[in-house]
Amino acid sequence: MPSHRATTTRERPRAERPAKHGVLHTDLSRRRFLGYVVAGTTLVAAAELGREAIFDATPSASALAVPSAPQTPEVYDLLDVLRDSARPTANLIRIKVNRDNTVSFALPRSDNGQGIITSTQMIIAEEMGLDPDQVLVTLADARPELVFNQLTGGSSTTFTTFTPIRVAAALAQGRLLDAAAAEMRQDKDVLTSRQGLITGPNGASLPFGELTTKAAAPVTQAVEVALKDQEKFTIIGKPRTKSDALAMVTGKKKFTTDLQIPGALPTVLCRAPDLNGYPRAVANLDQVRTMPGITDVVKVGGGVAVRGNTFGQCIAAVDALQVTWANGTVHGKDDDAVLKELRAAELPLAAPKLPGSLEGEFVFYFRSNSSLETNCAIADVRGNRATIWGPSKSPIAAQAEIAKKLGIPQNAVTFHVQEGGGSFGRKLFFDAAEEAALVSQAMGKPVKLMWTRADDSRQGRTHPMATCRIRANVTADAVTSFEIRHTSVATEVNPGLSEAISAAANKAPLGNLTVSESIFETTQVTPYNFGASTRFLNEVDMGFNTSSMRNIYSPDVATARELMVDQIAAKLGKDPYEFRSEFAKQARWKAVLDRVAQEAGWGKSMADGTAQGIGMHVEYKGAAACVVELDCRPETVNRKIRQARTGPRVTKVTYVVDVGLVINPRGLEAQMMGGINDALAMTLTSSLHLDDGHFVEASWDNYFYTRQWNTPPEMNIVIMDSTAPEPGGAGEFGIAATCGAIACAYARATGKVPTYFPLDHKDPLPFEPYPTVPPIPPSPTDGLQTTF
Amino acid sequence: MPTHTFQLNGEQVSVDVEDDVRLLWVIRDLLKVTGPKYGCGINVCKACTSHINGKAFNPCSVQVKDIRPTDEVTTIEGLADTVKADLHPMQQAWIDNDVAQCGYCQPGQIMAAVAKVKQCRAEGREVDDDAIEELRNICRCGTYNRIREAIKAGAQDM
Ligand code: FES
Ligand code: FES
Repeated sequence: MPSHRATTTRERPRAERPAKHGVLHTDLSRRRFLGYVVAGTTLVAAAELGREAIFDATPSASALAVPSAPQTPEVYDLLDVLRDSARPTANLIRIKVNRDNTVSFALPRSDNGQGIITSTQMIIAEEMGLDPDQVLVTLADARPELVFNQLTGGSSTTFTTFTPIRVAAALAQGRLLDAAAAEMRQDKDVLTSRQGLITGPNGASLPFGELTTKAAAPVTQAVEVALKDQEKFTIIGKPRTKSDALAMVTGKKKFTTDLQIPGALPTVLCRAPDLNGYPRAVANLDQVRTMPGITDVVKVGGGVAVRGNTFGQCIAAVDALQVTWANGTVHGKDDDAVLKELRAAELPLAAPKLPGSLEGEFVFYFRSNSSLETNCAIADVRGNRATIWGPSKSPIAAQAEIAKKLGIPQNAVTFHVQEGGGSFGRKLFFDAAEEAALVSQAMGKPVKLMWTRADDSRQGRTHPMATCRIRANVTADAVTSFEIRHTSVATEVNPGLSEAISAAANKAPLGNLTVSESIFETTQVTPYNFGASTRFLNEVDMGFNTSSMRNIYSPDVATARELMVDQIAAKLGKDPYEFRSEFAKQARWKAVLDRVAQEAGWGKSMADGTAQGIGMHVEYKGAAACVVELDCRPETVNRKIRQARTGPRVTKVTYVVDVGLVINPRGLEAQMMGGINDALAMTLTSSLHLDDGHFVEASWDNYFYTRQWNTPPEMNIVIMDSTAPEPGGAGEFGIAATCGAIACAYARATGKVPTYFPLDHKDPLPFEPYPTVPPIPPSPTDGLQTTF
Repeated sequence: MPTHTFQLNGEQVSVDVEDDVRLLWVIRDLLKVTGPKYGCGINVCKACTSHINGKAFNPCSVQVKDIRPTDEVTTIEGLADTVKADLHPMQQAWIDNDVAQCGYCQPGQIMAAVAKVKQCRAEGREVDDDAIEELRNICRCGTYNRIREAIKAGAQDM
């Protein structure tokens, strides 16, 4: 096995770059923005969240290919929807200058590991000439006045907050310099500011903390500001380790279940054997109440809640409950039944099937959206007040929904947003917070509610099962039509997100689409000149708990699309890379393809049973291309590892990404790396099997997320230096192109075009399923036999 | 209720709790030491990995009654003290490589990595990709490649 390498390569410096092309032309440095100085005794600078951007999406068609009309995402994508939905209700975000030479900023977003706290520190430090450590960024509690502006979804955070934060920071810096100039009796222009120390020409200096009172304003006023010239950036674009790295490696970082809230004892729900079943009656409530360590047992909507001194005792009590259950929402159904319904709901293709048509239909099975931290929340609901602690990407929606459920006013609910242990889209929902609030109300006591792993895996949210049909009409040297029909179990869109999107939908060039259709239309683009290009989504609501999972449709659509692109290339007698490069719609997209081919040594000779595969994906104002090497030789596929999936192994990944302006390349590389490892799981090993109304998989020994023995020994992530003046979305961007590349590599290595994903979904299960009653697999007792 | 005594991060602790409660909950819920994380409760995710007498183990799968008064249990909070430093070399390597994303799996990853390096040394093996692939810890944020680099770097300084 070749030795491991994971490097980030940065493009050559901006000055040497050829002329810019593609989206987002606008020189921010010359524009002026409006900020506010907020009345107070120390300096508070503020700006409105929601801002302008100008688009130029002229496709640069290559000569041969039949140009496709621009598709919606090329001019207006999900990021724009999220930003524009924020505009009318935008309120102020504030940077406070403290007397101790720090500045504080409460970020109205949720950080679940994606590093936005660190990148926000960098943005503020850059504009104010500080060290990022001087910037204290916390997560804001739910602020209803921000409405859509407190939503962390669709990889939108940096894109939507970048300029407003800079405006507030630049304003604060300007006021501090003014105050220093007055204090030192110097002209403002001769002052320099470094790490918060403002120095005059004579060497005298003042720490900015001492100036905050003088720089404060007696009344709130609007001020025009200009932003720092991007050529002068010294922090943005430099790799920076996450600011909480030390806390994370010493065990000091506190997640929700680590918090010690007085009286909030461990609480677990006993859940139904069926997906979304609920309790009708409990035979032994009183008996279970007397079990060791147990304080309360009550029947609530979705199950029977048990509160006790330790989670272990709660689990034992849950497993002892004798409950009569009502059927769930997919009672008796299995994978095949769902697939049949999906196929029946598929929308027709528009272009006729011709003798030369290429057609493919691909099936994507359910995948679990469980992060390593299971769903959890602390709730203290007493009297007419509720206080909630938990991770949430949409705390305002959570606050409103919880208030409604509890029957109290929204402002009686305080939601403290905690840093989450992974999200990947799931924490747009607040299932645990809602549940904790109801349980706390029913018990009249604070609770620390946690889903067990089995709950999370079997009853949690999933990436929905879907089919993707594609038909391409191909002539001797061109593609005249390329049509996609994606049919999916409905993806639930959380209330906050759905309001934002439907509100924006009318203003966007979208027509009258539903929320999901809007997301599909604003995220999916066929990045090649394939003539008439249509992409339609149909969703069927079948009673599943779903959510996006580091992206909603892209990984599946990209897998299907890239497999078909390889087939078209083969039909035209072209190399998969050269064909893509020739047919790419924009020069910026072609650039990532060309770079990845060069970096990966595309076309090098590969042993029998192994192959390279290539994929491209365009989304979130960025472009990515991936080349993988896949080993499908029997000795690799059949290697045995206890309680694990092995199968084909990705031995090398080369990933080239252009996501616009990069704030923190080290953080971006981590996001891509995580996405790539997700792509391996999505394509090769990870799925849920629906059987008799429930998901079979109950834990990580059933659900095979990527492990060390699956991860590519070699990984090379290349971040292109972008000409774009602003950052695009990054959190979900590593996956889709990788999925496409893996699928294509598999077809090339084995000669078989796969028709369902993950590839091992129909293999015999390598485990004995855990029972559904009792619902939680008991902890083993032999842990001292497995030490090393 | 029986009393259980053992050494936790260099201090003797005693708790009154039923015999069969798993050690993870004794440590987290009763002793309020929250470094070891819950990820499965059945010894498969390895998020709770800690050390017993210097070896990696998973307290979610050990009953408190099976721990002896002389047993030394070390969680991530006590790791640095075992080398009498502010940070264990493996923790430093984790920071240098910016490994942690959400951080939830990382206490377990680091404790497992330290034990794996010691095991390899004791058996005269290289800390290479093959050795690292014996580690079963899940990182759902998926930065496995940085974990590999950090283990190799940390091993050099151990
Ligand atoms: S919680 Fe102990 S191994 Fe998963
Ligand atoms: S860092 Fe999030 S699970 Fe590993």
